[in-house]
Amino acid sequence: MAAEIDINIVKTFPGRATIRAQIRYPLEASTVLILFGPSGSGKTTILRAVAGLEWPEEGTIRFVSRTWLDTASAVRVVPQDRHIGYMPQDYALFPTYTVAGNIAYGLGHLNSPDRKKRVDEMVELFQLRGLEAAKPRELSGGQQQRVALARAVAPRPLLLLLDEPLSALDAPTRLHLRGELRSLLKQLALPSMIVTHDWTEALTLGDVMAVVGAGNVLQVGTPLDVFSHPQNAEVAHVVGVETVVKGRIEGMVDGMFRVSVNGTMLTVVKAESTAADVFVCIRAEDVVLERGRADASSARNHLAGTVTTVTALGALARVTINCGFPLVAMVTRSAVEEFELVSGLPVAAAIKAGAVHLVSRQGD
Amino acid sequence: MNWIAIWVTFKLAALTALILLMVGVPIAYWVSFSRWRWKFLIESVVALPLVLPPTVLGFYILVAIGPHSPFGRWYTDLVGHPLPFTFEGLVLASVLYSLPFAVQPFSAAFDQVDRRLIETSWTLGVSKCKTFVKLIAPLSLAGLITGFVLSFAHTLGEFGVVLMVGGNIDGSTRTVSIDIYDEVQALNYAGAAKTALFLLVVSYLVLLIVYAINRNVWAAWPQK
Repeated sequence: MAAEIDINIVKTFPGRATIRAQIRYPLEASTVLILFGPSGSGKTTILRAVAGLEWPEEGTIRFVSRTWLDTASAVRVVPQDRHIGYMPQDYALFPTYTVAGNIAYGLGHLNSPDRKKRVDEMVELFQLRGLEAAKPRELSGGQQQRVALARAVAPRPLLLLLDEPLSALDAPTRLHLRGELRSLLKQLALPSMIVTHDWTEALTLGDVMAVVGAGNVLQVGTPLDVFSHPQNAEVAHVVGVETVVKGRIEGMVDGMFRVSVNGTMLTVVKAESTAADVFVCIRAEDVVLERGRADASSARNHLAGTVTTVTALGALARVTINCGFPLVAMVTRSAVEEFELVSGLPVAAAIKAGAVHLVSRQGD
Repeated sequence: MNWIAIWVTFKLAALTALILLMVGVPIAYWVSFSRWRWKFLIESVVALPLVLPPTVLGFYILVAIGPHSPFGRWYTDLVGHPLPFTFEGLVLASVLYSLPFAVQPFSAAFDQVDRRLIETSWTLGVSKCKTFVKLIAPLSLAGLITGFVLSFAHTLGEFGVVLMVGGNIDGSTRTVSIDIYDEVQALNYAGAAKTALFLLVVSYLVLLIVYAINRNVWAAWPQK
């Protein structure tokens, strides 16, 4: 039996968009599936349905060879019997238990020495040594997150479900823990589903992402694929970053990073880490098109290229330029007419150094 | 002071509070966690003793446990004597009379427990019953104690129901409040005053405990 998750559910809420979610994707040992979408899109409901905390009116949820929900044949497996690790958004640590008590909470089926051993393993793995006797309220946000993760992982679940694992943290901690979470997930060799509304998290953590908008799963694919080839305008809108390409930091000049993308050099103000492998992310509205030589502007990046496609979107037009990598620009319809932008036209694209975002990427 | 009446009263109050702890917790759990849309029907029944005159409640209980009701006949066949005007009858009546004083604090405490904690416990493979014992009960401790103490205190002072169901049998159903009433009827104001003061002090102490617990004065763990 192929290790895959198969979700096909319908759930209605009074006064909200009905959730109709279909996801079917192989989930191997350490695959991270991202449920990505704006708040209120229904991604958390999908995750909760997989956990067994939400009961869809109709549908099926299968994981590997197990059926967790099949409304047609009245199969409704309770969360206790699903063998999942679940971490809600605010971690929900048990306030009356210590760190060790929280981790041991789901280990009631083990005998005392085995339980102690497992808790010890978790304390080691999640770097909680010295905090075993602390109560949750004494912990920092990052420590709370590690305890919640340790508690979810301790009973050795089949699938890990994380709801906005980083959103309860302040920005610097979040950035730091994003990388840490990624390596932990890979180390655990445990398939996981992660809900997030943050595209940088989707890029860093995800092997696969499902874009959720207004209750529907719009597209499922690798993050790079989804970002660079959104299936339709709705996905593009939800994702919000049009150009995502792999790049490498080659060095620093005058305090700015030099990044190579497929041979094209870009100047970037800051990177979130010093890892060499990055995703280079550029919003389409930050790209200015110039005809001929116009490198006298204040923008640091001037890329020569040719127009490949022009797609009208109401008052705006989406223009794709090949400048060593596909770059998407959003310009007005009047600019398209004035510049006579057509496929094959040579143009220059100007991007401010501050408008290029670098998101760290694990080398592959 | 009539020490026998005091002993009967405390025995009655303690038993009632203990039974209500066992009966009230499942009812309160259901009230807090059920999503049944007609739940308010049951909630209203539980709250009824709060507004019903004790004599009305006592009258219905008397009829319900009397020898002419099916329950009364069944009880007489089983035990050998009828339930009214016995200590056991009084316990049953007190449990019904003090039900809201236990169920409402329990239920209010359960309502305060974050649902995400409970759900997380379920996902860790812990059954609903064990989740109650391991998580909900410790988090609701103040509410559980409050409900226990309030139902105890409320039973201490009951008068109408006791008179209707228990009568006034010394050593068995004569409670403190009835003793005071008897003393006043007999124009023995000095005796009534002593017993009344005793009841006042005890009731005040009991309420002190309730309020102190809810202010977290002797909390087992400091406030968040």
